[in-house]
Amino acid sequence: MTTSILTYIWGIPILAALALIVVPRNYRVPIRAIAVLATLISAVLAVKMFCDYGCAKADDYGYRFVQQIPWVESLGISYHVGVDGLNVGLILMGAIVAFAAALCSFEIQSREKEFYILLLVMSGGILGAFASLDLFFFYFLHELALIPTFIMIGIWGRGDKKNFATFQITLYLSVGALIALIGLIALYLQSGAGTFDIPKLIEHIKATPISTSAQNFIFPLLLFGFGILVSLWPFHSWAPLGYGVAPSPTAMLHAGVLKKFGLYGLIRVALPMLPDAAQHWANILAWLCVGNILYIGWVTMRQRDLNMLIGNSSVAHMGFIFLGIASLNLIGVSGAVLIMIAHGFLAALTFALSGYIYQQTGTLQMSDLGGLCRKLPFIGTALLMAAMAGCGLPGFANFVGEVTVFFGSWKAFPTITFIALWGALVIGGVYMTRAVRNILHGPLPEKWNSLTDANLWRKLPYALLLASLFVFGCWPRLLTEKINPDAEKALSAYKMQVTSAQSSVGHQQLANVNK
Amino acid sequence: MNASLISLEISVIGLGLVLMLADFFVPAERRRFIGYAAIIALGFLLAFSLSGNGSCSITGTAFNGAFINDGLSLFFKRFFIVAAILVLFIAAEFADRIVAAAEYYSLILFALAGMLFAASSNDFAMLFVSIELITITFYVLVSFQRSKLASLEAGVKYLILGALSSAFMIFGIALIWGTTGKLNFTELAAVASQYADSKIFLLGILLVLVGLGFKIAAFPFQIWAPDVYQGAPAPTTAFLAVGSKAAGFVLLLRVLFTAVPAITTQWANLLIVISAITILYGNLCALPQTNIKRLLGYSSISHAGYLLLGVAALNANGQAAILYYLGGYLFTVLAGFLVITLVLRHLETEEIAGLAGLNQRSPLLAATMTISMVSLAGIPPLAGFFGKFLLLKSAVEAAQATHNNAYYYLVFIALAGVVISMYYYFGVIKEMYWSKEAKDLSAIPLSAPAMVTAWICIGGIFWIGMFPNVLLNLANAAALALKI
Repeated sequence: MTTSILTYIWGIPILAALALIVVPRNYRVPIRAIAVLATLISAVLAVKMFCDYGCAKADDYGYRFVQQIPWVESLGISYHVGVDGLNVGLILMGAIVAFAAALCSFEIQSREKEFYILLLVMSGGILGAFASLDLFFFYFLHELALIPTFIMIGIWGRGDKKNFATFQITLYLSVGALIALIGLIALYLQSGAGTFDIPKLIEHIKATPISTSAQNFIFPLLLFGFGILVSLWPFHSWAPLGYGVAPSPTAMLHAGVLKKFGLYGLIRVALPMLPDAAQHWANILAWLCVGNILYIGWVTMRQRDLNMLIGNSSVAHMGFIFLGIASLNLIGVSGAVLIMIAHGFLAALTFALSGYIYQQTGTLQMSDLGGLCRKLPFIGTALLMAAMAGCGLPGFANFVGEVTVFFGSWKAFPTITFIALWGALVIGGVYMTRAVRNILHGPLPEKWNSLTDANLWRKLPYALLLASLFVFGCWPRLLTEKINPDAEKALSAYKMQVTSAQSSVGHQQLANVNK
Repeated sequence: MNASLISLEISVIGLGLVLMLADFFVPAERRRFIGYAAIIALGFLLAFSLSGNGSCSITGTAFNGAFINDGLSLFFKRFFIVAAILVLFIAAEFADRIVAAAEYYSLILFALAGMLFAASSNDFAMLFVSIELITITFYVLVSFQRSKLASLEAGVKYLILGALSSAFMIFGIALIWGTTGKLNFTELAAVASQYADSKIFLLGILLVLVGLGFKIAAFPFQIWAPDVYQGAPAPTTAFLAVGSKAAGFVLLLRVLFTAVPAITTQWANLLIVISAITILYGNLCALPQTNIKRLLGYSSISHAGYLLLGVAALNANGQAAILYYLGGYLFTVLAGFLVITLVLRHLETEEIAGLAGLNQRSPLLAATMTISMVSLAGIPPLAGFFGKFLLLKSAVEAAQATHNNAYYYLVFIALAGVVISMYYYFGVIKEMYWSKEAKDLSAIPLSAPAMVTAWICIGGIFWIGMFPNVLLNLANAAALALKI
């Protein structure tokens, strides 16, 4: 079998990381060039893969660009990569964000060699995890990407809360990942299929479903394991502080890409394999979302520090995705995947912008800032657009995703959707516009007269991320036509009549929205 | 009886004697080469054992069934020889600090012979003899730096507690023999279930487990480990951590799963509790440590706990996982001790702070130590991750098979241990790369054999972690020798 394009997409950053080990540390320009080039190649390949998706031949299970190599036969572990509608957009988003993060790493001034190695391992690992169709590699590669995050925050983090934040994020995320690992092992053993191959597992489980009691044991392990990784309320407290302290490329990659792993895991693994338990737990999950959306929204309003505000708002956004998953219907889950992609671009964009402002001013306290739009017209405009995208302005990808999620969840949880809508429209609007007012408008303090706007080269990552948000905001069909058939497949174990009835209505509504 | 079954053991003892004699003829400044000669000789023995000729192709028993050659013993014999080769490399780097280097090498070989016998013992008499051969040799090895008070103190502690545990063990063996009249594991297995209600018989087994628990440093017999690890010369500590612990585990596996399987199945909860406490104790006590050898002493206690998790699972996958884990542990721990030996050679202290700035002093050694610590913490793609994965998998499997929820508690305690351990393992890495208090930044001279050893360890850790198939198949095959 030929090597899949996916192997290159995640393999090139890893190879570049290995290559960097032998580059002497005082060759700063080649080190940066290798990192940027590797992520660029990986991003270009991801775009190519995304464009070729429609004409690529799908295998028996409906996956494209498949490659499979046996790894440990006695346990049924194989290196197996492939994409379907659920992960094709995520890989594209991950590769673009990785490239933008590599470009934004100019702000790192000390120990660059180690930083770029870790950044490349992180990018390659998470892209590999998204591409993986083997439960073991799925976990293995995510863990590979997760460890660099801790080290990067611990070493290059900023502020006096650095040590505490590192400690907290390491503790939370390691515990979350390990709980999920136990869930995955229990799932593997309980299924009796003797393989870690996700398509084969799903097929096997469809033929011989897991007993409800076992499902009810495994599902919470996955839900809370993955939930901790995605900052599900009330396990979210690592996120705002961690992101507040992290160097911006790390925050971009983690908030944008790595965090989506848990959500993707729920959709890819938990929903199709544990349908009974998912229905049982959906209600609880939906109420926890309210914690994310409403409570964290409230917390966000009180923030004084821009990074803490963005960090909290990204926790709040996770609530919408969880709500989409909890609705357990096609519209909701498709919407969840859409927001995952949109939020990936958005989180990366906002953290990159706040990183730029921090680098220029040395502070992110909103009371110290003001009138920055005069000095930083490009950065200011980009921040304004990001803020608007964050509170769901039509034209950006987030809007499409959130609207779709609300259509989906309305059928399942009208009350919660009502509360969530309020949280999304009112609270989101309040904190975002307030941040914009405090930072960009008003009188410019004397001390910020020396600020300079981004030069052409530095504008590239922001422009790229904004363009991506805009493209998928205006042409969501690029994503939805890929996501829908596979989301439907993932949900095929649930009550068919509800799904199909909703799907036709949903398509119509979506079409109206697009106009 | 087929005498060729014990050809490996005889060769190792012969080699040890030859080394002692060689000491008379080799000039003092060439003593290092005695070590290299021993390494080459052991390399031939390893190749011989891998070739599948001679004693390694024959499976069977000798000395009226007291000595057995099967898949399990062969796996562990290769393991011990690899460990001894790497330890001799480390010892050669250490040789300039001890008076009688050749004696040190030959004592390592005698301990190795004890381990080889332990791998093959199928009888309580054989078990005791092999364990004593290992332990008594280690009394000398631990206190080898006679001029250092810490080394002597460690030797005395090890002697007293070791003798005590031997006494318990021999008492246990006497009780077993007194009730059943059998010493041979195979014969005992046939009658053990009849004595399942005999309190004296159960006490006997329990006392034997106390003796073995001392060897593997399981709670509550772990008290000696940190002191001895700290005081002993670094190569001794390395061999103690890898060889002596693995010898304890092969005997534990034999006793629990071939001699008294009927009793073992009823003791699942006891094993679970011991495993859980050992994991927590080792990891929690390692947190405040500042001495690197002491830290690794506590870490080795916690790893004994993880390995006991595989024993407690009471299934073939758990046993295979133990063998696999030990395989990865071998390279990981020896990599760590190699670095400790080389870096702290010229320092009076053995504080973790002594590693500060290692990244600039010797990138290879810093990388070796980092890989070792990361693998001990169980992070992919290194050996420790896949080993822990297999152990946890076997425990979940046991939980699903027996519906004993205690296994789930054990699994979560093991996870807590993993998370705790990341803190102190990463502390070591942080010291090497990011400490601002490095005083001495002079380059560390590395001999060619030391570099070879470092690369062997790095290669082993990556190979076992990224291509687990070969070792896992070997481990699965070896675990077939056990009854449960």
